[in-house]
Amino acid sequence: MAKITLKNLKHSYLPFPTEDSHYSLKKMSLDWADGGAYALLGPSGCGKTTLLNLISGLLIPTEGSILFDGRDVSRATPEERNIAQVFQFPVIYDTMTVYDNLAFPLRNRGVAEVEIDKRVHEIAGMLDLTKTLKNRASGLTADGKQKISLGRGLVRSDVNVIMFDEPLTVIDPHLKWKLRSKLKELHQRTRRTMIYVTHDQTEALTFADQVVVMKDGEIVQTGTPIELFERPMHTFVGHFIGSPGMNVLPCEVKAGKAIFAGQNIATVNAKSYKGKSQKLELGVRPEFVSFAKKGIPVDIVKVADAGRFRIVETRNGTSSIKLLVPEGEDIPSGKTHLSFDATHTQVYENGWMVGGRT
Amino acid sequence: MALELKDISQRVGADIHIHDTSVTFENGSFNVLLGTTLAGKTTLMQLIAGIQKPTSGEIWFKGKNITKLPVQKRNVSVVYQQFINYPNFTVYDNIASPLRVAGMDAAEIDVRVNKAADLLRLTTMLQRKPSELSGGQQQRTAIARAMVKDSDIILLDEPLANLDYKLREELREELPKLFAGRDAIVVYATTEPSEALLFGGNTATMHEGRITQFGPTAGVYRKPSNLISAQVFSEPPMNTAKITKRGTEIVIFNSIKWPAGRAEKTLPDGDYTIGIRPHNIATEGHGKAVGAIKGRVLVTELSGSESIIHCDIDGQTWISQSHGIHPFDVGETAKLFVDIDQSLFFGTNNEFIA
Repeated sequence: MAKITLKNLKHSYLPFPTEDSHYSLKKMSLDWADGGAYALLGPSGCGKTTLLNLISGLLIPTEGSILFDGRDVSRATPEERNIAQVFQFPVIYDTMTVYDNLAFPLRNRGVAEVEIDKRVHEIAGMLDLTKTLKNRASGLTADGKQKISLGRGLVRSDVNVIMFDEPLTVIDPHLKWKLRSKLKELHQRTRRTMIYVTHDQTEALTFADQVVVMKDGEIVQTGTPIELFERPMHTFVGHFIGSPGMNVLPCEVKAGKAIFAGQNIATVNAKSYKGKSQKLELGVRPEFVSFAKKGIPVDIVKVADAGRFRIVETRNGTSSIKLLVPEGEDIPSGKTHLSFDATHTQVYENGWMVGGRT
Repeated sequence: MALELKDISQRVGADIHIHDTSVTFENGSFNVLLGTTLAGKTTLMQLIAGIQKPTSGEIWFKGKNITKLPVQKRNVSVVYQQFINYPNFTVYDNIASPLRVAGMDAAEIDVRVNKAADLLRLTTMLQRKPSELSGGQQQRTAIARAMVKDSDIILLDEPLANLDYKLREELREELPKLFAGRDAIVVYATTEPSEALLFGGNTATMHEGRITQFGPTAGVYRKPSNLISAQVFSEPPMNTAKITKRGTEIVIFNSIKWPAGRAEKTLPDGDYTIGIRPHNIATEGHGKAVGAIKGRVLVTELSGSESIIHCDIDGQTWISQSHGIHPFDVGETAKLFVDIDQSLFFGTNNEFIA
């Protein structure tokens, strides 16, 4: 296992990139500690797969370098980098047994059969595959096959990093819960460095200790799931993480106070605003909005039942404000008022949290 | 006036894909087929569309037997999980294609295409080819094509499954609005309970080729008529265990005693299966009818605002989903509290009791 460092990494698919827009991956630097669980989260086209392919060696970076434990591997082949990768669709040998599939990466590397047997049984035990070891892989269900792919990723103890590229996308929701928690459990047991790429916030937040949120080839924020939820540094992070995403409302800031709908709104950071008269917005998650006797006047537009809570959509002028109401609690009808939790309401300038960037 | 499936079944060789099924979808209704892969959702849709013929039973539409009517004569639109568009047509021509086939005049086509494009926010994309669109825009084009002709029946087979999480959220909000006020019957297949809930309308829970329950969505979710419907309609998966109810007590895992709560009056003494949704298990207990239980933590997932704790209790895996951050370590013993009044009780034949 290794510590991974990206240093001023840039990548363009064009042969002679000259301007910023030519780069699929803009300048990127970060450190991933040995043994950590990391996620790369972002929409399609944000550059996360490009980054993954640069780390695995399928692509050579246009600029900058990739270091494993301080050693530059930017131009090393995938084999030399010694990594394991699990893909969206199960990659297994249908004609082999489950045992032989799990043993394959070890046999390829010339590991002794005694050692192979030990490793295969250990991994099979963790993944509840022990009983099916002698079965042919072709007869398995989609999640059974994906479990083998996970097992093959985990079976070698000498890899620098294990990378997962949307590994649960094709799995049914019920089984997704099982496999997802299994993967997290495996990380906690084995403490391998793992990088998990996904567009699904639930998968990223529940798996990783640190999540890297990407947009348009750039890192927008890196943080723990709690940091990303409670302090989104950019309105994009607020929107992308959370379901529904953060409410983003037009506002003004005067004398260190945020004003929305003609009312003073208490916030975390309005005081730090230095007054550049750029686009100003207020961000507050639906989880931190509640009904109140007085406050922001709104009309209730729609109530959607999500089971354990309801998503209530309200409107003030042209602004839509959503809030979550737990199952069983009353929802007023027609006109009402809202209040925002001051400790979780932030001001954003041109998308970025005021006073947030250092 | 509606679409009626009367005792239809579908067998392929010795395999039964759909067991005898009867269900009625009303005009202007939004209906969700909810179930795992291979539950029979796609087969049922193909029978409705006329792409497959039932082995037995009849399909009636607006009072007419259409069982033998071929797909071309059924006035049905279908949207699939894979984005299917004509690659060499522009978005405009893709949306217009069913109207051109029907021989509609160009002026009327133009009005309809523009209206559909406006609803699906494709107006600025009309002159592009599908390959120049994002996945979400490609699927919007397919949906616009399904909507543009006045189909009697619109079938959507997991249309959002291949889209990014956030796009899915967006389209999930838009879709019911698109069909509101139309006379068409919409049938929407999904594997995701949360999707069914947010659509509202009606839901049919499906399991192994059977509809296990059909009715208004919130009703099916809160009052499942049997254990299987409850399990199909629970995400994260529902926690279950055998219990014995005796007077004011419930005995669970052979020796642990809980207060019976509302079950004291609604449940005769005897053996049952209890079903507890993960959000009704918390890390602290409030109120009267709370059952305490200890579990060995397998893993804790923290989503930023919630904690999902997977525990081993007597060889079974239970899941608790609670508000706030409760970071338990692997192997630690967690004390959990079950809201008994929110739990469901099923009889020995898995039928809903209370």
